[in-house]
Amino acid sequence: MAPPAASQRYPSPSQPSGKSEVSDLKTQLRQLAGSRAPGVDDSKRDLYKKVISYMTIGIDVSSVFGEMVMCSATSDIVLKKMCYLYVGNYAKGNPDLSLLTINFLQRDCKDEDPMIRGLALRSLCSLRVPNLVEYLVGPLGSGLKDNNSYVRTIAVTGVLKLYHISPSTCIDADFPPTLKSLMLHDSDAQVVANCLSALQEIWSLEASHSEEACREKESLLSKPVIYYFLNRIKDFNEWAQCLILELAVKYVPSDSNDIFDIMNLLEDRLQHANGAVVLATVKVFLQLTLSMTDVHQQVYERIKSPLLTLVSSGSPEQSYAILSHLHLLVVRAPFIFAADYKHFYCQYNEPSYVKKLKLEMLTAVANESNTYEIVTELCEYAANVDIAIARESIRAVGKIALQQYDVNAIVDRLLQFLEMEKDYVTAETLVLVKDLLRKYPQWSHDCISVVGGISSKNIQEPKGKAALIWMLGEYAQDMSDAPYILENLIENWEEEHSAEVRLHLLTAAMKCFFKRAPETQKALGIALAAGVADFHQDVHDRALFYYRVLQYDVHVAERVVSPPKQAVSVFADTQSSEIKDRIFDEFNSLSVIYQKPSYMFTDKEHRGPFEFSDELGNISITPEASSDIVPAQQYEANDKDLLLGIDEKDDNKGLSSNNGSAYSAPSLENSSNITSQLQELAISGPATSATTPQSSFGFDDLLGLGLSTAPAPTPSPPLLKLNPRAALDPGAFQQKWRQLPLSLTQECSVNPQGIAALTVPQSLIRHMQSHSIHCIASGGQSPNFKFFFFAQKESEPSNYLAECIINTSSAKAQIKVKADEQSTSQAFTTVFETALSKFGMP
Amino acid sequence: MMISQFFVLSQRGDNIVFRDYRAEVPKGSTETFFRKVKFWKEDGNAEAPPIFNVDGVNYFHVKVVGLYFVATARVNVSPSLVLELLQRIARVIKDYLGVLNEDSFRKNFVLVYELLDEVIDFGYVQTTSTEVLKSYIFNEPIVVSPARLQPIDPAAIFTQGAKRMPGTAVTKSVVANDPGGRRREEIFVDIIEKISVTFSSSGYILTSEIDGTIQMKSYLSGNPEIRLALNEDLNIGRGGRSVYDYRSSSGSGVILDDCNFHESVRLDSFDSDRTLSLVPPDGEFPVMNYRMTQEFKPPFHVNTLIEEAGRLKAEVIIKIRAEFPSDIIANTITVQMPLPNYTSRASFELELGAAGQRTDFKESSKMLEWNLKKIVGGAEHTLRAKLTFSQEFHGNITKEAGPVSMTFTIPMYNVSKLQVKYLQIAKKSSSYNPYRWVRYVTQANSYVARI
Repeated sequence: MAPPAASQRYPSPSQPSGKSEVSDLKTQLRQLAGSRAPGVDDSKRDLYKKVISYMTIGIDVSSVFGEMVMCSATSDIVLKKMCYLYVGNYAKGNPDLSLLTINFLQRDCKDEDPMIRGLALRSLCSLRVPNLVEYLVGPLGSGLKDNNSYVRTIAVTGVLKLYHISPSTCIDADFPPTLKSLMLHDSDAQVVANCLSALQEIWSLEASHSEEACREKESLLSKPVIYYFLNRIKDFNEWAQCLILELAVKYVPSDSNDIFDIMNLLEDRLQHANGAVVLATVKVFLQLTLSMTDVHQQVYERIKSPLLTLVSSGSPEQSYAILSHLHLLVVRAPFIFAADYKHFYCQYNEPSYVKKLKLEMLTAVANESNTYEIVTELCEYAANVDIAIARESIRAVGKIALQQYDVNAIVDRLLQFLEMEKDYVTAETLVLVKDLLRKYPQWSHDCISVVGGISSKNIQEPKGKAALIWMLGEYAQDMSDAPYILENLIENWEEEHSAEVRLHLLTAAMKCFFKRAPETQKALGIALAAGVADFHQDVHDRALFYYRVLQYDVHVAERVVSPPKQAVSVFADTQSSEIKDRIFDEFNSLSVIYQKPSYMFTDKEHRGPFEFSDELGNISITPEASSDIVPAQQYEANDKDLLLGIDEKDDNKGLSSNNGSAYSAPSLENSSNITSQLQELAISGPATSATTPQSSFGFDDLLGLGLSTAPAPTPSPPLLKLNPRAALDPGAFQQKWRQLPLSLTQECSVNPQGIAALTVPQSLIRHMQSHSIHCIASGGQSPNFKFFFFAQKESEPSNYLAECIINTSSAKAQIKVKADEQSTSQAFTTVFETALSKFGMP
Repeated sequence: MMISQFFVLSQRGDNIVFRDYRAEVPKGSTETFFRKVKFWKEDGNAEAPPIFNVDGVNYFHVKVVGLYFVATARVNVSPSLVLELLQRIARVIKDYLGVLNEDSFRKNFVLVYELLDEVIDFGYVQTTSTEVLKSYIFNEPIVVSPARLQPIDPAAIFTQGAKRMPGTAVTKSVVANDPGGRRREEIFVDIIEKISVTFSSSGYILTSEIDGTIQMKSYLSGNPEIRLALNEDLNIGRGGRSVYDYRSSSGSGVILDDCNFHESVRLDSFDSDRTLSLVPPDGEFPVMNYRMTQEFKPPFHVNTLIEEAGRLKAEVIIKIRAEFPSDIIANTITVQMPLPNYTSRASFELELGAAGQRTDFKESSKMLEWNLKKIVGGAEHTLRAKLTFSQEFHGNITKEAGPVSMTFTIPMYNVSKLQVKYLQIAKKSSSYNPYRWVRYVTQANSYVARI
């Protein structure tokens, strides 16, 4: 038969060939078009197959459109299907020709056979030609009322297709209410499921400009609708079950009984063989119990086993998806999985993306009781043939050591790695030993004796070399030949390709000089000269800086370059807890796989509109989060010029360069050595006076990160004037809300009149507007209402964003404020509270 | 929850089928995907993960019989849902075509399109049930000869060797009739267990796990209800104890750590008499998946010895012993061991009278490979390999080599002792007596002995 052969002849779809074949087909189709000879359908089938086959491999067969349509007058359903497929593929590019197909499709929509009615309706709606939408309304209307469920299922999806071609036609034809009624009353589960997905899509898109759609969308989350679905969840097939479970995640339960009812209804879904059903159920359980710490923990215990079973029963791809979710849970609650650590051992035949996840999980679950076993296992992998995994394993050992369990034994093993004499093992180990020494200076004696024995010639990798050089400088007094090793390295300055290594050489030479001046003087001189002449800007600048500061005063230089160090207590986390929380909230989605929240990888148009219910609880930054990070960063920055590669993971993934988000503190960039040096100056006390005005600017700038944690807020906030006609589009709001740090959280009471007035939530929106505070989104149900507001300064475009959750039963409002201008957020909060307190007052 | 496109690519990157459901992904997604997968280099991984994002388009893929089943999506969908869907599409297509490979695909692509249209509409999954789909599908499958079948599913091993199995059954389309127009009434229940064992260098078991599936494929007409009785002493869950607490598992009975079930399975009497009842849908599906960490007797014992023999030479001796009854025969056994990087040559010595064995030293990957056609229960086999090194080794040679890993298949044997006690078909007629095939097989998933 032709298709396979044809495809071999045209291996590359882009090849603009096949013209003669297509025109052959055209002729043959034309001959058959009018024929009623017996067996003509079989010949047609063969020709159609050829056309479809060309279409598949990318040859343009749109030129036979007319002939295909002419041949479609047939009762052979197989032929019809092929014709529909063809038409659907090419209609968009041939709107004029598509008009030809309308006739026969409309006729088929009235066929006796429900199969043909359904198929024709599906094709009709798949034409994607805007000027043909008028022809869709009639058939869709009767399709929705068809007595055959197959036709109704197709009609429901057809409505959604119509909406995407022409929203107004769809809304004007009043289709959404029809779908809603079908959703609540149709006897066929698939019809109901399709109604749900269509309505969710339509109302989400409409919600941005229609209050009614907004309300309708919220109504999907009302208790009766949710229970309507959950009570009959087993009537739906597994895919529709996933849809319902995703809906249930957004439901805000009224009380704990409600929560337990839902969990009992869904309990057996955890035993489903379909991983997607199980994960969706897990998400419901996790989200429902967020506020109930004990139950939440029980949920973790409950879901552990089903997830582990899914990991081991599916294809490698499926287990990867499940394992990624397990990874998230393990990192979130390591203690719950501590006894299951053996499940995260790597199997020799697993793909490396799976092994990598497992290594991270092993690192996370390590505690007093299992560290010995885990590290023993990791050491096995260090000799692995897969070098990438061997490296990761060594890093994992190091990370566990930094977690403070069983450090003694681990240091011994790390030192054994150095004896393996494999260059990548040595390099990785050196980096780890360096980090360990920064945290546990007490181990320096044991480590230095081993490290001192390593020949720098055997280390090729810049990171390993830099680590060794750092140790030579830092522990010059304990390593008898440190000055000479450095001298050797400096003499080969020209051959050192890595700027990172050259930077470290400069600093190490300085440090060594302060401790053992006579032996180092010559080498330092050479290093500074070479550094000043270096073509690399950072190396040049640093050399020059060292040179000048030495010239100014050697003691100042020592305080600047080699101040007494405190041990690092905690290495900065790679991800802020806000990001981690967001990923957790986006459980059972790609965010978990990519380990990024969705706004980082989804473009705006596909992110969906401002998802109100999704936001509930999402953006809750724990107040500690921001204050935790700042001191850590400051400390890190202090040492940053000496140790450029603190976070290998980050460097490897290239995240620091490509995420471009607001979360990577600017002072951590490798290129900003100047800033960090200046900061170092500033921190080292007396030297501050000697610094230029620029440096104090840098200092302020860095501390600017910490302003929100400043203990004393502005004593008397100046009166704030707001712009009554402020404007901000929802997208910008959403982005700002994600990016800005939380300035203030406040709880206040709402007066009883205000609570009474909240029966119509719109009234609060109008009230706040009269105070120049504008609502951008609102939702919720009694007793919990949630509003997002924004305001702008009258004089300048400086924004304030606020989230306000009002609980009507407790008459309390919780306000979270974020501001472009941190310093005035208190003033804004005051204005906000004052406005809120007047709500309901005559 | 919707996908944008679905396509299948051959190993060379040719489109076999391509369906765009939502017209929201720019042209050229198949090329983008193939290039990315073929030249994957990120994260230090040599292999592309099943899910990645290029320019805002998410690509999902699973590999089945060397073909790429791919879906694209713009929105932030559930990754499990899409991967599960891809796997399921592959299964549905296999149910229809009988045999799944590039050839059968190309011969039946119109049928495949027909299936795809009913499985997914506008990116939303409608159904993946072979049973439900039957009423919408009109193309007849063009059956390709199963001779060229690649063993894709565990059940395919039943077609090798074991004569009492009707070899063609698993490759039979659910819609095609046997020659003569009559369908043979039969049902297959396969208990497939994949085992993972890691032995320490001193021969102790460090970890062990059994991942089992009870798979069913029914060709019974009229969809009668079926009752499947498992061991009465079957227990599920191990209380609050750590699953690796071997001391407490010495009691009798089969203890599963956990299991899950196909949605057609009803568990009404499972708690009382360990019976599953179900109306099997057409096509192949897993009735139950289970996981077990209860201690079991590993089918093979592996013993490896490395002896230095001079400055540039060493000898490796690998001994494997089959620890199962002599009426059981394991087949297609492969033993692999990575040798030190500086190994330049390896010469092998098999025991006297060895038959059906093959040895190889893969120069590029420095891998020792030993293949055995079969091993009879109780038997022991030894391989000696003399290694020549290109440079003097320093330190510990065992740190540079190993571990030894094995793959094998043992038909009619299962290590968990889980059994199907009986298979009851509820059909009134007394003359109705369809063929019932209950088959067991054990396979190595990860079977590793450290040295």
